[in-house]
Amino acid sequence: MSSAIKTDLVEINMGPQHPSTHGVLRLDVTLDGEVVVNCRPDVGYLHRGIEKLAEMRSWVQFIPITDRLDYLASMLGNAAYVGAIEKLGQIDVPERAEYIRIIMMELQRVASHLVFFGTMALDLGATTPFLYAFREREDVLDLFEMVCGARLTYNYFRPGGVSRDLPGGFYKKCKAYIKKQREKLTEYDDLFTNNQIFIARTRDVGIISGEDAVNYSLSGPSLRGSGIAYDVRTADPYSIYDRFDWQVVTSAKGDSLARFQMRVEEIKQSLNIVEQALEGIPEGELKCRTPQRLKLPEGEIYYHIESARGDLGVYIVSDGGDKPYRLKWRAPSFINLGALNSLVKGWKVADVVAILGSIDVVLGEVDR
Amino acid sequence: MEVGRSSDNNTSDTIDRPLDYIERIPGGAVITTTVDKVFGWARESSLWYMLFGLACCAIEMMAAGAARFDLDRFGMIFRATPRQSDLMIVAGTVTKKMAPRVKRLYEQMSEPRYVIAMGSCANAGGPFADSYAVIKGVDKIIPVDVYVPGCPPRPEALINGILELRKKIRLESGLVKAENGEPVDG
Repeated sequence: MSSAIKTDLVEINMGPQHPSTHGVLRLDVTLDGEVVVNCRPDVGYLHRGIEKLAEMRSWVQFIPITDRLDYLASMLGNAAYVGAIEKLGQIDVPERAEYIRIIMMELQRVASHLVFFGTMALDLGATTPFLYAFREREDVLDLFEMVCGARLTYNYFRPGGVSRDLPGGFYKKCKAYIKKQREKLTEYDDLFTNNQIFIARTRDVGIISGEDAVNYSLSGPSLRGSGIAYDVRTADPYSIYDRFDWQVVTSAKGDSLARFQMRVEEIKQSLNIVEQALEGIPEGELKCRTPQRLKLPEGEIYYHIESARGDLGVYIVSDGGDKPYRLKWRAPSFINLGALNSLVKGWKVADVVAILGSIDVVLGEVDR
Repeated sequence: MEVGRSSDNNTSDTIDRPLDYIERIPGGAVITTTVDKVFGWARESSLWYMLFGLACCAIEMMAAGAARFDLDRFGMIFRATPRQSDLMIVAGTVTKKMAPRVKRLYEQMSEPRYVIAMGSCANAGGPFADSYAVIKGVDKIIPVDVYVPGCPPRPEALINGILELRKKIRLESGLVKAENGEPVDG
C-alpha cells in the first residue's frame, strides 16, 4: 500500500495481564495503522530473585526451586541443575537412574509440548485443541504422580541419582500412554494442524532465516524450525541419549508453522526414546551414596541440556562450601524472546500472538 | 416463578437452594424466598473468573479449567478482562513489579468481586518468601476471600476453595458486601 497519507504511530500495551502472553509478559507494541513498527518486550514481572536465592540454600535445597523456573518442564530444570552438580563434584550416576531420568525428561518434554500445542491453538482462537492437549497431558501427569507424588513440581532428581524408584504398574501404564498418545496425535492433525484457518494464520508468518536465528542465539525447536540441526542431546551429548535411536527434526521454512510442527514432531521422537528406555532399563541402584551435607570442590562449571524450549544452561561457581557461591541460568526462553522484535516487525498486530506463541516462552524462566 | 405441575414428592425445595417455601396453587406452585437468597444463588452459580496467571499455579488453574476437572460445570467461564469477571484467582508469585498491576486489575473489576489466593506464594510468599523481589502474600495489597494452600495446589484443591467461596457468597447478604459491610452500587 502506498503511504500517501501519513498517519501517527500508535503505541499499545499487550499485558502484563493478557491471555496470550503466556504469563506476565508485557509487550510495548508500536503500530502504524495495523502494522507493527516496533515491539519491545518488557520483562521482569515474575522476577523472583531465584539466582540470589540459590546463594542462601544448600546444594540439595535448591532443587525444588529449579522446578519453579520453567514450570512447564520441571524435570528438565532439575536435570540441568543436578547435572551441573554432578559434573562439578564428579558424582557418578547408576545405570538404572540414568534410564529413569531419560524416561522422565522425555515424558516431560511431551507434556510441555502438549501445553504449547494447546495454548498456541488457544491464542489463535481455537478452544477445542486446548482441551484435547490437556486431556492427554493429564495422563503424563498421572505417570509423574505415580513416580514422585506431585503433578507439576517434582523435586525428583538428586545428585547421583533419583529420589525413588518407579512404582509397580508404571511400565504398563506408560506403554499404554505411549500407544494412546500416538493415536491422539493423528487426531490432533485432523482437528488442528491440517486446519486451513490455522495454516493461513501461521504459514509464512514471522519468518527467520537460519543465519539470523543463529545470530540471535535462538535454540530448541525455534532454531530447528529454521533448518539448523542443533540439539544439545547430539551436539554436546549428556546422559545416555547416544544409546537410543531417534532423530533431530528440522524444517527449512523458518516460519511459525515450522516452529509449531517441530514441537509436534518432537513429541513423536520423545515417545520413541521413552519406549526404547522402557525396554532397556536395567535393575540396580537408584542413587549413589553422597554425603548428607554435600560439599562441592572449589571451582566453576557450565553444564547445559536440551530443555523443551532450547539450550538450558547452568553456570555454577563454588567456593568449596555447602552452598553455591554464584549461580546463573542460561534461560532459552529469555534468549529466544530477544528475537521477537525482528520476527514481528512488518506483520499485523494480530500476528504478534501467533509469532509469540510459536517461540513458546515461559515467563518463570525469562524473569527468573 | 413457576415450577412444573407434575411433581408429587416435594424434593426440589431441598435440592435447589433459593426455594425456601413452595406453596401449591391450582395449576402450579409459587415460590417464596428472599431477595438475598436469590442474589446469592445467582452470584455463586456463575462465577466468571479472570484468566490471570502469574506463575506455576496458573498451569494448575488451566488444568482445572480443562477437560478432566472442568470448571465449566460450576458455571465458571474464564474471561480475559477484569471488567467482565467476578472472581480473581491470584495464581502465582506476586512480585514487587507486578503488585501495582494486580491492585489495578482488582480495582477494575466491578462489585461484587471476590479473590482466591491460590498457592503458597499468593498466601504468604511460599518458597520465595526470603526473596528481595516478592510480596509476602497477595493480602498485603488486596483483600482475599479464600486461601488455597499448596505449591502448587492440585486442581481438586482449587475446586474445594471455589466451593468454600460459593458457601461464603451464599451466606452473605445480596445487597451488602460481607467484606467491608458497605452497600454495593446499583
